[in-house]
Amino acid sequence: MKIAVCIKRTPDSESRFKVGASATGVDETGLKFDMDDFASYAVEVALQTNEKQGPGEVVAVAVGADNVQETLRKAMSMGADRAIQLKADAPVFDGLAVAKALAAELKSGAFDLIFFGKYAFDSSASIVGTATAELLGVPCVTAASKLEIANGRGTARREIEGAGEMVEFPLPAVVTIDEGIARPRYPSLKGIMAAKKKLLETKPAQLGPLRVTVKSMELPAERPPGRIIGQGAAAVPELVRLLQDEAKVL
Amino acid sequence: MLDFFNIDSLLSEDERAVRDSVRRFVDERVLPIIGQCYVDGRFPKEIVPEMASLGVLGANLPEEYGCAGLNNVAYGLIMQELERGDSGVRSFASVQGALAMYPIYAFGSEEQKKHYLPRMAMGEIIGCFGLTEPDYGSNPSGMITMARQQKDKTWVLNGAKMWITNGSTAHIAVVWAKTNGDADEQSIRGFIVERGVTGFTAKDQKGKLSLRASDTSELVFQDVHLQADALLPKSGGLKSPLMRLTQARYGISWGAIGAAMACFEEALSYAKNRVMFDRPIGGFQIQQERLADMLTEIVKAQLVSLHLGRMKDAGTFTPQQVSLAKRNNVSIATDIARECRRLLGAVGILAEYSAMRHMANLESVYTYEGTHDVHSLVLGQALTGLSAFK
Repeated sequence: MKIAVCIKRTPDSESRFKVGASATGVDETGLKFDMDDFASYAVEVALQTNEKQGPGEVVAVAVGADNVQETLRKAMSMGADRAIQLKADAPVFDGLAVAKALAAELKSGAFDLIFFGKYAFDSSASIVGTATAELLGVPCVTAASKLEIANGRGTARREIEGAGEMVEFPLPAVVTIDEGIARPRYPSLKGIMAAKKKLLETKPAQLGPLRVTVKSMELPAERPPGRIIGQGAAAVPELVRLLQDEAKVL
Repeated sequence: MLDFFNIDSLLSEDERAVRDSVRRFVDERVLPIIGQCYVDGRFPKEIVPEMASLGVLGANLPEEYGCAGLNNVAYGLIMQELERGDSGVRSFASVQGALAMYPIYAFGSEEQKKHYLPRMAMGEIIGCFGLTEPDYGSNPSGMITMARQQKDKTWVLNGAKMWITNGSTAHIAVVWAKTNGDADEQSIRGFIVERGVTGFTAKDQKGKLSLRASDTSELVFQDVHLQADALLPKSGGLKSPLMRLTQARYGISWGAIGAAMACFEEALSYAKNRVMFDRPIGGFQIQQERLADMLTEIVKAQLVSLHLGRMKDAGTFTPQQVSLAKRNNVSIATDIARECRRLLGAVGILAEYSAMRHMANLESVYTYEGTHDVHSLVLGQALTGLSAFK
């Protein structure tokens, strides 16, 4: 089985973010970047699927500047066989353009399965996986929390509001991966050394026109300071009233 | 993890990747259980298979023996991260890699290397290292453990070893003994003694108030019969075990930084959140000075070990430089752990926080692998040319 997994490099979500000088993106000074959490679940699912289905190939693919190579090598240190960087020097916000670049690369690869994270933490757009599936003309299952592959077909579970649903689909297909499906493995130390010897190709990203761009970025307003409204049981009615009327959380 | 001096920029991508992988392992697998293990006085054996599959055992030995073949800086970063969890966990890995696997690699026959090293890297065989004796610690040349070769080339071993990390868990012990009745240190050779041979017993050291999440034992050898191939053929003289201690001490200089980092992060977080006199205690100058001192010493120690590692990779480091790094880094880590405990106030005595555990652990680290005082004398001798030992 031939599997592609498309990954994104994002900043550590626990960082303190600042808006950059251009006011259209975050200031990357001092930020620690790593594979996006959802992408790491997707890599784990790709590796486990490959292990279950017998010897095949897992190819990690990413659109980005040269620093994305470190993220691709991480995927290879986890076990992906090779990697492809689709080079784009500036960050691309237009998810459809990213999908076009990925589809242009993936269409000739004869992949049985293409995995994505359900979205990336930094943009939370959920576009690239579904748009890639559409451009490739293959079925797409989003936010899978379980996945079984057998006899050229897949079965996936999706968590929806108050319920779970099971879906079936033929391969080839795109599946975007929800958290909790599998704990990403640690890159073993031997894996890290082996990744340096695996093939990492760099090709220009065929993005086409970028029709959606970030106009400006701003941090959320400072939270007002907390206040003490009283003490003991006597304060409860007032607390409930404020939570209902002011904070509107009850 | 605060990197105030951007020391990450001095590390290669794979050194950072190794560090991050072990860091995540420690965060997810060690930190949630280690406080309770410490209280229970139990080494968490259950994490050994995962440590092995991660590749931390003998990580700087060559790939042909099933190891990861990392450089010495990456190896040091592993020790740092493991000791950020607990000195006992780092001690386990140090002993397995630097004190049990490394002598087999350096002094063993090809058959011994091929038999033991891949299994030890996988954690299937756990090793320990027997040099120190009840009456010979800082002066191992006085050891009385003796191996006598028989007419059929086999050996008979008698003696006792003390303060042996992994002693009760280990499947094999790398034991150092004088040979054939010769009291001179030049007669010291290394032997691989397998658990289960008649006359070999290991007894847990009871009553420890430090390194409680580590297995520390006494080994006793009473007419233990060893095959001729138990001898490490290339070992000879006290310098053989001392060379291995230099290897382990190098790792300890990094490990101590990990313990200090854990304490610093805990202290910083507590100082920002603990409110007293209506403001976080981190706003008081006395705590700010504590934190500034901790950070400064950690940064200095990191740079010392990193440079030492680069020299080790280049083959230019000396045992005296290792003495400086071990002595300094363990000493500052011990001070940082104590200051962190004090900053934490009353909660600082609880196992839920790591400061007091690290503080107690580091007293052992201060004493083992060459006491702080002995390393002072090593440096004194290097500076003056005058030996305080004779």
